Amino acid sequence: MASKRIAVAKTYKIYIGGKFPRTESGRYFTLEDKKGKVIANMCRGSRKDFRNAVVAARNAQTGWAKTSAYLRGQILYRIAEMLEGRREQFIAELKLQGATQRAAETEVDLSIDRLIYFAGWTDKYQQIFSAVNPVSSSHFNFSVLEPTGVVSILAPDDTSLLGLIANVAPAIAGGNTCVVLASESKPLSAVSFAEVLHASDVPGGVVNILTGFRAELTEHFASHMDVNAVIYCDGSKAVAKTVQVLAADNIKRVIARNQVDWSGDAENPYLIRDTQEVKTTWHPIGV
Amino acid sequence: MALSAVKKSVRLPDLSNVPSVDEVGVDERVARFQSRSIKKSSKVEALKLILSMIDLTTLEGQDTPGKVRQLCQKAIHLHDAMPGLPHVAAVCVYPTMVSVARKALAGHDINIASVATAFPSGMSTLQVKLDDTRMAVKAGATEIDMVISRGRFLAGDYRYVFDEIVAVKEACGDAHLKVILETGELGTLDQVRRASVLAMHAGADFIKTSTGKIQPAATMQVTLTMLQAIRDFYRDTGKMIGMKPAGGISTSKLAIHYLVMLHETLGNAWMTPEWFRFGASSLANDVLMQLMKQSTGVYQSADYFSKD
Repeated sequence: MASKRIAVAKTYKIYIGGKFPRTESGRYFTLEDKKGKVIANMCRGSRKDFRNAVVAARNAQTGWAKTSAYLRGQILYRIAEMLEGRREQFIAELKLQGATQRAAETEVDLSIDRLIYFAGWTDKYQQIFSAVNPVSSSHFNFSVLEPTGVVSILAPDDTSLLGLIANVAPAIAGGNTCVVLASESKPLSAVSFAEVLHASDVPGGVVNILTGFRAELTEHFASHMDVNAVIYCDGSKAVAKTVQVLAADNIKRVIARNQVDWSGDAENPYLIRDTQEVKTTWHPIGV
Repeated sequence: MALSAVKKSVRLPDLSNVPSVDEVGVDERVARFQSRSIKKSSKVEALKLILSMIDLTTLEGQDTPGKVRQLCQKAIHLHDAMPGLPHVAAVCVYPTMVSVARKALAGHDINIASVATAFPSGMSTLQVKLDDTRMAVKAGATEIDMVISRGRFLAGDYRYVFDEIVAVKEACGDAHLKVILETGELGTLDQVRRASVLAMHAGADFIKTSTGKIQPAATMQVTLTMLQAIRDFYRDTGKMIGMKPAGGISTSKLAIHYLVMLHETLGNAWMTPEWFRFGASSLANDVLMQLMKQSTGVYQSADYFSKD
């Protein structure tokens, strides 16, 4: 009789600078399914992991912002392709975290389509949001968008994959790099999504994904001086206050995304504009 | 100056007696240094000590007087938002920039170090090297960083390398002499040890790892080997020699590991800018960011610190 094969369980790790380290703190938390059975031990990311991730994001930012809009679009499309190829795996993981077959399929499909949606916008949002301004002197006056830089993202808790992608895709489509804290209760898909990113020509450091406790990490996501914008999803009033006060130190952009319907509402280019800076140039006429 | 004029009292030691270096042992020892945990107030003190030991350096073909003045300004005003910071030990520039630096640093207690002797390759005649050195000293350099002739050293012509250092030492006059071994080109730790012994006997005030132009530059392994050579030289002769790792030390964490290594190899007597320096350009800002992090509790950004 052939012996039963021993299952190879996957180690869910964090994603920093194009690598999959364990948390530097050595801490973990246990993820259980509805019946209390252990699904996985997740890295409980620390503030130092976050610090390392910001360093990686900062190093990657200049290069990513310089990448042409077309290439950024192609890379986003590539992420969608890779995700499509792993569709079954993601559906299985979502089900493991409590979703029904149908809901899981819908979420994965929406996620793939959302990536393609923002891939299409990379070479178009500039035209939509930029302007030639009328001024009363002999100048041409242009306002154009530039990425704000490093964006920290506290992803929504209730959706494992779609909420993450709906926040990450518009940020990187606009040339930003980001550090994301995955859903605390459903972190599996975020780690698998990091593997998809890793296989999609996304340069290391452009997207960094941590798992861990939101209550512990929020203040660092908001206060780090080298972060230019912070996006928080579904934060209480107290969280909103903490984030805004701490973000004021270096006048970060604070973007609150509360009770967003990620399946529909979030499919618009204004999410790209949220993490862009407007630069206005005065150019003398006739010189 | 002809080599025959070399002082007779300085003698080339018998380099065949130099102990060989246990590379595995060095790796293990270095790993230990990196496992020390330096936190809170000890960390702050260490960071301040590191600042005071930095030779703020610019050694580029593209250096302009403006760039050197900017560097000097940084040396004087490290980060005015934080009062009570020490100043760096020295600025380190090319000989042609020494006069610019001297002007910019007038009235401040900051040394001016100049590289000399056909830096970074050292591929020139003795006469040219001595002229280079004298020019830098005349322009106001208080410290000279010379490079050894690695080609001659590797070919086994120790006598030549030795006499060259002795001659440059004499050309330095009152200026301190740091001898750059360029360990990245020496190959093995045994060679590093041998070159260290040679340089110390020839009259080096400091021995320095690298020019910063060759990879690998300073490593902890190489620095430990040199520190051990300094320790043994002190035991034999009673003469203290300074140490300067240079190149590739750009984070506070790494610099603290070096301090730990210094403390555990040579002890407290060497824990001052007089006997230990860091040759670095980007280290200062990282240390400042760490100090600011310690005082505010918030991770810092390079955007808010002046460039050096």
